[in-house]
Amino acid sequence: MSLFLLKRFATLLGTLIGASIIVFLVLEILPGNAAQILMGPDADPTAVAALATKLGLDQPAWTRYWHWIGGLLTGDLGDSYSYGSPVLDLILERLALTVPLAVLAMLLTTVIALAVGVTAASRHNQLGDVGLMGLTQVGIAIPNFWFAILLILLFSVKLQWFSAGGFDGWGTTWDERLAAFKSLLLPALSLAVVQAAILARFTRSAVLEVMREDFVRTARAKGVSQRAVLWLHVLRNALIPVITVMGMQFSELLAGTIVVENVFYLPGLGRLIFQAISNRDLIVVRNCVMLLAAFVVIVNFVVDVLYAVIDPRIKASDI
Amino acid sequence: MNAAVAPSGAALKLPGFWHRALHHRSFVIGAVLTLLLVLAALLSYAWTPWPPNDMDMANKLAGPSAKHWLGTDAFGRDVASLLLVGARASIMVGVIAVGIGLVVGTALGLLAAARRGWVEEAIMRLTDFSLAFPAILSAIMLTAVFGAGIVNAIVAIGIYNIPTFARITRGSANAIWSREYIAAAQACGKGAFSITMQHVLPNIAAVLIVQSTIRFAIAILAEAALSYLGLGTQPPQPSWGRMLSEAQTLMFQQPLLAVWPGMAIALAVLGLNLLGDGLRDLLDPRLARAR
Repeated sequence: MSLFLLKRFATLLGTLIGASIIVFLVLEILPGNAAQILMGPDADPTAVAALATKLGLDQPAWTRYWHWIGGLLTGDLGDSYSYGSPVLDLILERLALTVPLAVLAMLLTTVIALAVGVTAASRHNQLGDVGLMGLTQVGIAIPNFWFAILLILLFSVKLQWFSAGGFDGWGTTWDERLAAFKSLLLPALSLAVVQAAILARFTRSAVLEVMREDFVRTARAKGVSQRAVLWLHVLRNALIPVITVMGMQFSELLAGTIVVENVFYLPGLGRLIFQAISNRDLIVVRNCVMLLAAFVVIVNFVVDVLYAVIDPRIKASDI
Repeated sequence: MNAAVAPSGAALKLPGFWHRALHHRSFVIGAVLTLLLVLAALLSYAWTPWPPNDMDMANKLAGPSAKHWLGTDAFGRDVASLLLVGARASIMVGVIAVGIGLVVGTALGLLAAARRGWVEEAIMRLTDFSLAFPAILSAIMLTAVFGAGIVNAIVAIGIYNIPTFARITRGSANAIWSREYIAAAQACGKGAFSITMQHVLPNIAAVLIVQSTIRFAIAILAEAALSYLGLGTQPPQPSWGRMLSEAQTLMFQQPLLAVWPGMAIALAVLGLNLLGDGLRDLLDPRLARAR
């Protein structure tokens, strides 16, 4: 187990370093002159040269890379070109929205997927199963931003239960917090539905697989009710493949927030990246992209470890 | 996707294939929807109800009518015509992005399986890095540097496809390499390259065909999302994703504008996914039984 952890951790570090090199190469080396990109093609050459010196562009690439990595480790990410404030503050401020949004979406995904998947499996090949699986096919095909627009059409334009977007911060009173939660509900739902459709299909096949096992028959023979067997014994054993898929989906959800935050005008990390691109603010783009990539890699690491904890048969040799 | 060995790609030629295919529900529905998508794009070159960029300002934001079947947008352009032309962008992105992933990814996967050792290790670690960047993220990086445009979007989606194909190819190819007939071929003095081309590749073709169909659907979704954000297809070329972003600002005036393009995307993706599911069942009967 400890060897497995060690090996997996080494892979994690390697992947993070590799990802940071890719980000650095694409955003620092490829553009040629980052100062020119920041200031636009029509900028005064002396101003561009001055900015290049200020950004340290006159230093060799590897010096700049180490400087950036050192900054990442000490929390000094530099200042945003367009906002004029430290990048770290900007990111932390935006994460207060994006992290709760992604977690809420994952929660909704799990609840919907387990309910649909187990229900469908318990009615294997009956009308309910076929209907639910047909619905999940439609769910997978729907673009999350279109579903978001449909939700706005229904709940904001027609019924006027929710505002069509925006976020006023978490506030201090319970009323304000409730309002903040309410403005995250539709975005989270639009992120969740697509992922839930995918996860429900995995849950269904995992549950069907476990239902064929001997211990299920034994439990039924002991007199445990069909419902209890399904939700307590079968689901628990079916969770291993489901958790793996959930790990992969969390990275999809994070990427999805970029789009959905833009549909609902939410001031989160995704919108920050998007605005930074429009402002050609490469320092912000670089750090945000690295942060999201690191999230993805770390979540996958956690899933792998979790997987090994749940299923002891997985050993270091499998990596 | 499981790394099981697929039967020969020659399954497509079996006499029973088309008979079974026509009785397979998801295959038939998927094939019809996919065919409609392709026909829509082809038709748009020859005929659209109205010229797609014709502005009928007197009838702007109109609802569906006999004159404009699906209504008009804010510039009085015919929505049905725009949808037909928009199918071209989706298909082009799908074909090229999947092509990039299929060619490069499969080559890397085959190389990894044929060489093993450090080559395999290096290729697999490389795919680890790229899996850290979802398509939207790599597209954002490329746009930040090179500016928004359909080419960057296609390249980004294509790059994102490479590791997926590499992993699937390597898994399936490794399974083939452990077969006895490969040992026999090696005993006959065949080299790794000719074994790969003559035995491995034909035997994993089915897996690759199925994966291409599914990746095509994902590429269409990614293109729509990027165009919605303004990072993909640029005006005046019509695209379903951008039609949605334009429609969003007009939701109070003409909500139907936000319905049609989304429906087009969903039907295209649904069709390709069902086609992929159907092909998987038909080309690999063992997987079908397991489900």
